[in-house]
Formats: sequence, structure tokens, C-alpha cells
Amino acid sequence: MTEHYPAFIILFPLLAAFINSGFTWLDKRLCCPVTVLGLGGSLYFGLEVLFQVLKSGPIVYHLAGWPPPMGIELRIDNLSALVLLIIPVIALINIMASRKSIHDELTFKRGPFYTIYLLFAAGLLGVVATADLFNLYVLLEITSLASYALLAMGNPDRAPLASLNYVFLGVIGASFYLLGVGYLYIMTGSLNMADVHSILPGISGSSAVMVAFVFCLVGIWIKMGLFPLHTWLPNVYTYAPTSSSRLIAPLMTKVMVYVMIRLMFSVFGLDYIFEQLTLQKWVVILSSAAIIAGAVMALAQKDLMKMAAYIIVCEIGYMVGGIWLGNTQGMAGAVLHIVNDAIMTFALFLVLGNIIYVRKKTELNSLDGIFTSMPWTMAGLVLAGASIIGIPPTCGFFSKWYLLLGGIEAGASLFVFSLILSSLISAILVFRIVEAGFFPSGDNHAQDHDAKEAVLNEAPVSMLIPLGLTSAGIIAIGLWSGYIVQYIILPFIQQGVS
Amino acid sequence: MPDLMLEIINKYNYWLYIILMMIGLYAMIAKNNLIKKLVGMNIFQTAIILFFISMGYKENATIPIIMGGHGDTAHKTIEASQYINPLPHVLMLTAIVVTVATLGVALALIIKIYQRYETLEEDELRMRVKQK
Amino acid sequence: MDPIVSFRPLLAVLVSILVIPILISSGKRPNAREAWTFVAGFIKFGLIVSMLPAVLQGQEYLFTLSTPFPNVPVQLRVDALGMLFALVASFLWIFTTLYSIGYMRGLKEHGQTRFFVFFALALSSTIGVAFSANLFTLYLFYELLSLATYPLVTHHQDKKSKISGRRYLTFILGTSVGLVLPAMLICYHYAGTLDFTAAGIMAGQAPTPVLIALFFVFIFGFAKAGIMPFHSWLPAAMVAPTPVSALLHAVAVVKVGVFSIVRITTGIFGVDLLSDLHIGPALATIASITIITGSLIALSQDELKRRLAFSTISQLSYIVLGVALLSPHGMLGGIIHIAMHAFGKITLFFCAGAIMVASGKKYISQMSGLGRIMPVTFFAFFIGSLSVIGLPPTGGFFSKWNLLLGAVESDQLVFMVVLLGSSFLNAIYFLPIVFRGFFKPSPEGGEDTAIKEAPLCCVIPLVFTAGISIILFFYPDIFLNLTNLALGR
Repeated sequence: MTEHYPAFIILFPLLAAFINSGFTWLDKRLCCPVTVLGLGGSLYFGLEVLFQVLKSGPIVYHLAGWPPPMGIELRIDNLSALVLLIIPVIALINIMASRKSIHDELTFKRGPFYTIYLLFAAGLLGVVATADLFNLYVLLEITSLASYALLAMGNPDRAPLASLNYVFLGVIGASFYLLGVGYLYIMTGSLNMADVHSILPGISGSSAVMVAFVFCLVGIWIKMGLFPLHTWLPNVYTYAPTSSSRLIAPLMTKVMVYVMIRLMFSVFGLDYIFEQLTLQKWVVILSSAAIIAGAVMALAQKDLMKMAAYIIVCEIGYMVGGIWLGNTQGMAGAVLHIVNDAIMTFALFLVLGNIIYVRKKTELNSLDGIFTSMPWTMAGLVLAGASIIGIPPTCGFFSKWYLLLGGIEAGASLFVFSLILSSLISAILVFRIVEAGFFPSGDNHAQDHDAKEAVLNEAPVSMLIPLGLTSAGIIAIGLWSGYIVQYIILPFIQQGVS
Repeated sequence: MPDLMLEIINKYNYWLYIILMMIGLYAMIAKNNLIKKLVGMNIFQTAIILFFISMGYKENATIPIIMGGHGDTAHKTIEASQYINPLPHVLMLTAIVVTVATLGVALALIIKIYQRYETLEEDELRMRVKQK
Repeated sequence: MDPIVSFRPLLAVLVSILVIPILISSGKRPNAREAWTFVAGFIKFGLIVSMLPAVLQGQEYLFTLSTPFPNVPVQLRVDALGMLFALVASFLWIFTTLYSIGYMRGLKEHGQTRFFVFFALALSSTIGVAFSANLFTLYLFYELLSLATYPLVTHHQDKKSKISGRRYLTFILGTSVGLVLPAMLICYHYAGTLDFTAAGIMAGQAPTPVLIALFFVFIFGFAKAGIMPFHSWLPAAMVAPTPVSALLHAVAVVKVGVFSIVRITTGIFGVDLLSDLHIGPALATIASITIITGSLIALSQDELKRRLAFSTISQLSYIVLGVALLSPHGMLGGIIHIAMHAFGKITLFFCAGAIMVASGKKYISQMSGLGRIMPVTFFAFFIGSLSVIGLPPTGGFFSKWNLLLGAVESDQLVFMVVLLGSSFLNAIYFLPIVFRGFFKPSPEGGEDTAIKEAPLCCVIPLVFTAGISIILFFYPDIFLNLTNLALGR
């Protein structure tokens, strides 16, 4: 049975989705437990697969027993196992945090919500696990369609329009990717990643292969929100319901980064990309521009959700730049940052969700007295903010260390400068929020506050526990990032480099 | 010059899909009406489907269905070059399904937008959204 | 000798963090809360003192928490230099807690639980810096300290605190993230390690211009040391309640800054490398500029705490100057000044706060005749001033004497002039305060009978610290021995 585990990771949420769509009519209350079971199963098998991969190397699984290049193959190595774990963990913690708000805001759409939620998770897991180029496209589109629906369920004034914009851009992105796959198929005759990888060195001089790479790359960049192809990101995450954006924002863009890494390492190969193409310098400059642009645009925002969205744009620049630096440190930093950024973005969105639940809006000037009325949520905000700035021992510092070191080693001074600048700008952003909440907006001395009782108007416990778990994760993963890098990430990179 | 013309004429399938793709892209970006944008998106995706299908073509080959594939002719050797490549067709069946699903989701979103704002022109929408 | 592997360094750092949940839960019972702070303070001091005998014999304690990066563990090592700093900080925390009780209750300040919680966190970070075995661990606790002290500086939560808090963060976080972090990484890139070693790790690892540039980036990057031009956060931080100014900005935060510079000088670059690169005189000049300018600005300040702030800026650069002289007596004087200045300055701040609690007066011009009403306070202020000026019979004389010797030893007499000139300026801006307090007539003509001597909880600490300043003149042995060990003699 154990050899089927890779398939189970994807199948559990998928089956749960189908069961849920049935329960939508039968008994809505069962939808949530089924979702938890589906994701929990995925998590369990993901852990098993991770241990197996760490012990005995990459797992290869042929769906229905048909061998590649005809059959579809699932391939789980260190990187996939790592990313496969993040998805169910975040999805599960999000369910815990969102139960109340789903129940209150989307009461009648609960069933469909959980169904699409599971489909999103299943699609994402498939994207990570698959080793077939076309299968990747299909699963990518499953994920995207689920996300279009999830994101449109929010604010009825603006969410559908924002989501429609996202549909158009997402289709362009996925279609570019498909076009790239088409050219690859013409040149190599295969859709299996490992197969293409072995055929490509023989034909690497051809311009069709380069076009294929560029199309795939640009398509993935659109989907991950790399500046300047990021325009769909802020609106979509701002107007979506928090339960959706909390799931999608940390995961979608990071998994797209994973896809880019997978394409670079396992399909085209690092030799081809760094030696034959002359894109490296330009991509690093583009990433630096993305970092600075994201940070500066975040600074210009008055609404916390939009600020968070632009911070995501900035972080994508970190990861893309780190990979394209071309040295082990930079790549290790980028991969570690996939994990770290998922967690800290999730923590940030949990905090924002709590604020919305209690105060109904997240504008900067509406945060008066929030430190006294929501101390635990604000503690979470400070911790997530410290991670975004890059203060040890939070996890954000450790990936920043590797990225900076990689930049110094590669002599990419613009990249190093943009990393430091964005850290400083993040400090300004975080402390601006702290100031808005800590200091009263009038001129009254804070001692007046003693006169009235400190009103504790905190989010419910079901929303605080996930925040606590995630905050503990930020510190724990930071302190033990050494192990993650040493045992999981570095072996993967060494394989790709050799 | 004649060589170039010959090249262009020989690769006419690629030119066709590129032109279709550009039309679709133009419609998505430049048109004001949401439905027209949607049609543009569809044309864009269809162009790529066309590209894939055209790549499976072989000269003097027939459709990839083996006549009398069961029974005593089952063990006859098959000349691959006599049949056009079926794989792109199969892939594109999946892609067409994806296209249709995306179309469905987009249409659902457009219906929601219309219910809210009573218009599908983008500039009017932008104005009304700002007023909210 | 092999270092002793033990939990004690970790416990010493963690004690005050572990007490935080207890403090939060006893927020409604102030006496219990303060009692627990004392318990934590005593345990912390006790743990540190328990490690003192072995350190005096030349041994070190070692504890490794985890190793996030190859060759760069999160590691605590208790050596002589760290022990000196930790002793001073933890000892003075106990007194500051007593003082805070008197001050905060005397002024009926709000948010006292938050105050004590973040104070405990700040002390943890300080001891963490003291016991850091490598630059990365030091950076970790340095940043933690910056964050922990922000709520303390902005305690009053009014407009002035907001602006000062912003300035505080801009200078401190901006320099540590913008300057120290890249410099640390470049060091790691060249040297492959970040441990503090006896001879430094950077010798011969990088081209000379890079080394010189790196060194100065570090010096200015550790803005907590108050070297100009990154000093403006110190006077701005005076909006904090006086116990914060006293312990943190006279003892903990600023000493963390100069301590880091001493570590960089001795442990990362190494005295030999620095004298080869002839950086000594340049650093000494930078320090001298701060010394003189700080004193000159102090002369112009009427608000007592701001005058003390600029005096601190000036005194911190004594320590940097001492180390920059790169001579035996100079370095001895500089390092031992960490302790001497701490006791003297904290006395001065305690007195300033006591005056505030008892009479509500912040400005020196208002304090005429106050000495006759608060004789104990003003006499302690006199002792503290003597220590900072560097006159016998106070401990400050000891460090200043060694600094002067060091300037002579290294043939850099111009710095002797700087030291003497600055002592003269110190006298000019401290002694008149005492004179005014005792001998000038009171402002309204009559004695304001509502003002009495400050509350007992405020007076006891300042008497003690003043007394210790005098004792240190006669018995400087502990600190002298630790400093000699730290310098490898």
C-alpha cells in the first residue's frame, strides 16, 4: 500500500470534495468534518512520504501502472515533499480559523465553499507532485478555477470584478505555459519531465527550446505575480473573503515559484539556463525591481490588506531573484523562503482576518487602541512583522541570510541593496501599524485610558489558537531552519547542480 | 525572396495561430464590453488548441483510427507514419474542457457583475465602482 | 582549559523571560508582580555570580542552542568580558526594580505590568548580548533588545513619545538592519565563521580596503553606542520614564552598543590586525569628536535628563577611545569604564527621577535650593558627578587614570588633551547643579513645604549606587581582574 501514498496525497482531498458536493444537499453540517478528514489524510500521507524520501531518495509513482512517457508520472523528491507538507498544514489551520466566519458570512454557501476549498487543495497538491508537463497544466487550471470561485465570494461590490480580471490574466498565464509545453513537445516528442530533461541537452542550441522556456517562464511569472505582471494580485486578495484569501495568498504564489524551480531544475536543467541563455543578469535585475516596487507600493497604501498584498509582491521578488542568482546559497535561501513566506504571510492574513472579524475594517486610521483591545492578535502581528523585516529568531531572518549571502557571493549588489532596502521599508510599514494602534490618534495623554476600563474586545478563541500555532511555527522553523536546509534543501540543490 | 515566401507559406499553420492569438489578446485588452473580452479570451485559448492540433499533422497520413483493430488483423504491424499523431488531439480534448470550464466560471462572474451594476461596459463599471 | 558546558548561561538569559507569564497573570496584584520581578532579578544575579569563581580562574562556560547555519551556532559563552558586563547589568537591575516601584507608584503611571514585562525582556536580551559567543548570537539579542525597549521608551503613549519612538527605531533598527547585517554577512562570506576569538577572525581573509570599510561600517552600525552622528536617539529616548532612562539608557542599551564595538575590535578584527591597518588613530579621532561635542551640547541643556543624556553620549566614547588606543592601559581603562560609568551614571539618573517624583521639576533652572530640601538626593548626585568627571574618591577616577596612562603609552598625547578637556567640561556642567541645589535661594523666595525628600524606594537605590561608586575606588578588584583576564593578561 505504501507505494500508493503519493497518489493518496492528492486523492484524499479530491474524494472528500466529491463527498462534500453530495453533502451540500444532504446535510451541510457534515461538510466541515469531511474537509478536515480529507486534508488530514493528505497531511498524514505527506509526512509519511517525506520520511520515505529522506530515507531512500525520490519516489516515482506511475498512475495506473502505465509507464512514462505515455503514462502520467508522479515524482516526489526533497523539494516536492517539503512543499507538499505546507499545503495541508496551512489549509487545515485555516479551516480552524475560518469556521466561525464561514458559518456567519457564507451560511448558505458553506457546502460549495468547502467543496471548492478541497478542490483547490487537491489541485495544488497535484501541481507539486506531478512529473508530467501537461498534467501540470491541467492541475494548474483546476487550482486556478477553484481560486477564481473562492475569491469571488467576497464583497459583492468589487470581488466579482476583481476575480474576473484575475480570470483573464490567469488564462493568459496558463496559456503561455501551455504554448511553451507545446514547443517542447514538438522538439522532444515527450511530455514527461525526466524524459524531456534527458533529450534536451542534445538539441539545446535550437531557438524553439529557448522560446519554449521563455513562454513557460512568462506564463508562470504571470501566475505568481512577479512585478510587473502582478496587477491582479492586490485587488483580488483585498476584496476576497478572508477565509479564501488566507488560503490562497500564502499558497498559490509560492507553489508557482515551486513550479518555476521544478522547470529550471528538472526539465531544462541548470546548465542550459545559466550557461546557454543570457537571461540571468536581467532576471536578477527584474527581481530587484520587483522587491523595491513591492515595498514602495506597500508604503503608499492606507489599507492593511492592500499593504499585505504588496508585501507578497515584494517577497516573490526575493524568491525569483534567489533562484536566478545561480549559487547554492541563493537557491537554498529561495527554497527556504517558500516555506517561511508561506507561514509568515499566513500569519499576517490571520491577524488581518481577526481584525476584520472584530472591527469590520482594516484601514490604517481605524486601528485606534487596538493594542489594548486585541493584545494577542497584535502580538501575532508584531511577530509576523518581525519575520517580514527579518529579525532573528523569526524564520524570515534565516532565509534572508541565505539570500543576502548568495547575493554577496554572486556580486549582485543591486539585489543585496534591494533586500536591505525592503527590510528597512518593511520596518517602516510594521511600525506604522504599531504606531497607529499603540498611540491614541488625538492628543490626549494615555493616562486618560486608565479612567475607563481597558475593554478587551479580542477575536474568539477559535481564531486565536491558529494564530498562536502559526506564530510558534514562525519561531520554531526559524530556530530549526538549519536542519531543514541541511537535510532537505541542500541535497536537492546539489542534485540539480551536479 | 521566393525562399522566404516559401518558408512563410509552408509554416502557415503557425502564422494562423499567431494571428488568432493576437486577435484574442487584442480583444481581451482593448475591448470595452466584458462579453467581448470573454470572447477574446476564448479565441486566445482556441488559437493555442489549433497550434497543438496542427503539430500532430503528417503528410499523406490518415486519421489515427485502426480499421478492424480486433480479431485476426489485431496483430498486423502498424506503420506510425501512416497515422497522424493522436496525442495532441487527446491533450487538446482536456484543454477544451478546461477552456469550457473557465468560460463557465467567467460567465457566472459576469452574471454577478451585471446583477450588481446593470452594465457590462468596463468604463461605466469603473465609474460606478468608484462611486461605491 | 576546556570550556565548561553548562545550562547556566542559558538559564541566566532565560530567567527573566520565563517570569513574564507570571508577571502578566499577577498584573492585578502589584505587590505580587513586583515581588516576582525581584525573585527573577535575584535568581539571575545569583546564577551569574555562581559562574564568577570559575571565570576568575580563567575558565569559560559554553552552551549551544542550535546551529542554524554552518559554522554559526546560536551559542552562549561566559568569558571575562561578558561576565563583567553581565554582573553590572544584573546587579543594577535589582536596584532599578526597587527604584521603579517608588517612581512608577509615586507618579501613578499607567501600564505598569507592561512596563515590568518588557523590562524583564530587555534584561534577558542584555545578558544574551553579554554572553554571546559569536557575532550572529550578538546580533540576535541586539535586535531583540531594540524591540523590547520600544514599548518602554514610548511608555507614555503621547505625541512626544510617538515622535521619539520613531526616532529611536529609525536610528537603532535602521543602522542594525542596514549596516550591521550586510557587514556581518560579508564577514561570514570572507572568514567562514563569526566566532569571537582571541585574535580575531578577519586577519588576512579579505583585501585591506574591504577590511577598513567593514570595520567602520560596524562602528557606525552599532548605533546604540551613541557615536555621532548616530546619537540623536539617546536624547530623544529621554521621554521614557526615568527608570528606563536609568537602567537602559545609562547601563544596558548603551553599554550593549559599546560592548558590541569592543567585541568587534577584539574578537572579530583583533588588536593586532587593527594596529597593522593603522585604524586606531582614526577610531580614536571619531570617538574624541563625540566626546567633546557631547560635552559641549550637554552644557547647553537645561532639562536635567537631556544633559545627562549628552553626558552619556560623551562618556560612551571614552570606552571606544580606550579601546582605540590599542595600548594595555588604554584598553584596561576603556573596558573598566563600562562598570564605573554604569554605577556613576545610574546614580545621576536615579537622582533626576527622584527630583521628578518629589517635586515635579525637570529643568535645572527650577532646581535652586532644592538640595536643602532633598539633601540625600543631591549629595548622591554630587558623588555620581565626581565619578563621571573622574575625580577621587570615586571609581570613575580609576578608569580615567588608566585612559590617560594609555594615551601616554601609545604616544598619542592629543587624546590626553581630549580626556582632560572633557573632564573639565564635565565639571562645568555637573558641579553647578549641586551648587545651585545647595547654595542658591529657592525660586519663590520661601521654602515650598509641599516638597519633601523622595520616596524611600527611590532614595535607597541611589544611596547604594553612590556608595558603590565610592567603594569601587578602594576595591576595584573584581572588575580589574575580569578586565585583565579579558585582555589576556
